[in-house]
Amino acid sequence: MTESLLQILRRQQPEATAGKVLGVLRVNGEELAVAFAPHHTLLEVLREDVGLTGTKHGCELGECGTCTVLLDGRPVLSCLALALETLGHEITTVEGLATPAGLDPLQQAFAELGAAQCGYCTPGFLLAGKALLDAEPAPSRDRIREALAGNLCRCTGYLKIYEAVELAAQRMRGSPMLREPS
Amino acid sequence: MMRLPQFRYLAPGNVDEALGWKAEAGPEAMYLAGGTDLFPNMKRRHQTPGILISLRHVPELRGVRENGAVSIGAAEILSDVAAHARVRADYPALAHAVDSISTPILRNMGTIGGNALLDTRCTYYNQDLQWRKSVDFCMKRDGTVCWVAPASPRCWAVQSSDSVPVLVAIGAEVTLVSTGGERRIPIADLYRDDGIDYLTKRPDELLKEIHLPPADGWRAAYRKLRRRGAFDFPVLGVAAWARLSGAGVVEEARVVLGGVGSHPIQAESAREILLGNRLEPDLVRAAADACARSARPLDNTDFTLSWRKEMVRVMVARTLGDLVP
Repeated sequence: MTESLLQILRRQQPEATAGKVLGVLRVNGEELAVAFAPHHTLLEVLREDVGLTGTKHGCELGECGTCTVLLDGRPVLSCLALALETLGHEITTVEGLATPAGLDPLQQAFAELGAAQCGYCTPGFLLAGKALLDAEPAPSRDRIREALAGNLCRCTGYLKIYEAVELAAQRMRGSPMLREPS
Repeated sequence: MMRLPQFRYLAPGNVDEALGWKAEAGPEAMYLAGGTDLFPNMKRRHQTPGILISLRHVPELRGVRENGAVSIGAAEILSDVAAHARVRADYPALAHAVDSISTPILRNMGTIGGNALLDTRCTYYNQDLQWRKSVDFCMKRDGTVCWVAPASPRCWAVQSSDSVPVLVAIGAEVTLVSTGGERRIPIADLYRDDGIDYLTKRPDELLKEIHLPPADGWRAAYRKLRRRGAFDFPVLGVAAWARLSGAGVVEEARVVLGGVGSHPIQAESAREILLGNRLEPDLVRAAADACARSARPLDNTDFTLSWRKEMVRVMVARTLGDLVP
């Protein structure tokens, strides 16, 4: 029988797994065997144990949205989710948005329209925006405002973010006038 | 990083197992549902349970059951409650109240039962450990004095749930279970006017289900006052419920205020004014004035005290106005 990811981890890193739980996190389409403290949040485990620091820590109390990731396609606050309770679920972080073919249309639109200034809130906005566009290809401005109401931005005043989501949505629907600059 | 204190994690697969483990673990254990209230509190060391019993894998606590009326599993996720077709159609005031809780992202995690049992809040309590230590702890956790009213023998932390005023106003009931059995009580009886001991639920009891009354012609509405359009807890939440005759006369009514006391306040005086009369502007104004007199908020939430008190009148009038067909 072939060794499982967890068995390999346990064999190779006995010291790193002491006092921790071993689990397989499914992050951005990959299965990762991770040893982590059972009382750590998904935010802590992603940043400190997996090494994916694209997910930002802000208030860590559910009051800012910058730690947003997708759990089975739904935006959730990784600062208030136990990593233990996300095992077996599909996690998407900002690192999972771009493909070898290029940036996600949302990332492209954010860059072009200056929707990111300091950038600290951007991963959260991108993921909340992605969940919205996956469900609704042509959201109204009000729907965009509502879907992004859980993400705070202290730089942009939000307008450029709303416009970037609209531009990405138009491109994803294939409007020929709005193609990316080549 | 603001870390959670360490705890042992248990994941029962059904209600009996959860109750058995809680009975065995005693007061050291707490139930974990969505975690959106408990985890911030644990990070700020308001609650430091040594054992967490997660309700995430208990199917009996999930879902919306439709019979004549509607029953909602306590661990049903807030966004699923607000999006449920039957809830939206027959209980729009509840859907609206749930939709106004915090943010769409948080509502993908928090549960309806968690919102019903939400810890009371106060500017002297909802602060991190260092802040509370620096002013000296308050009586709700680690201290002896209520910093809002230092001469007071009681805690004045505020009932801050959006769903509770609506659930009380429409006459919802709850099922509580323990190893000793089940009991079903009006949700209004679940709350107590004390910032610390704010629930009548015994520690060994688990909130299992919320039962909505049949939607047989009554009307309800909810309005929320807060600084921002998202994130904020209600500084004032007004739920109004009425049954009107064909001629528009109020046959039964309830007005419930959230955010201005340690429990949801049922404005009895407003009810008496409304009964037997048509819901017209003068009557609405008189009922709103009566509510403003019965609300005695203290200076322990956002906004100035005098403005909050004045806004009771304004918000009650608007909410009653929403009931006019």
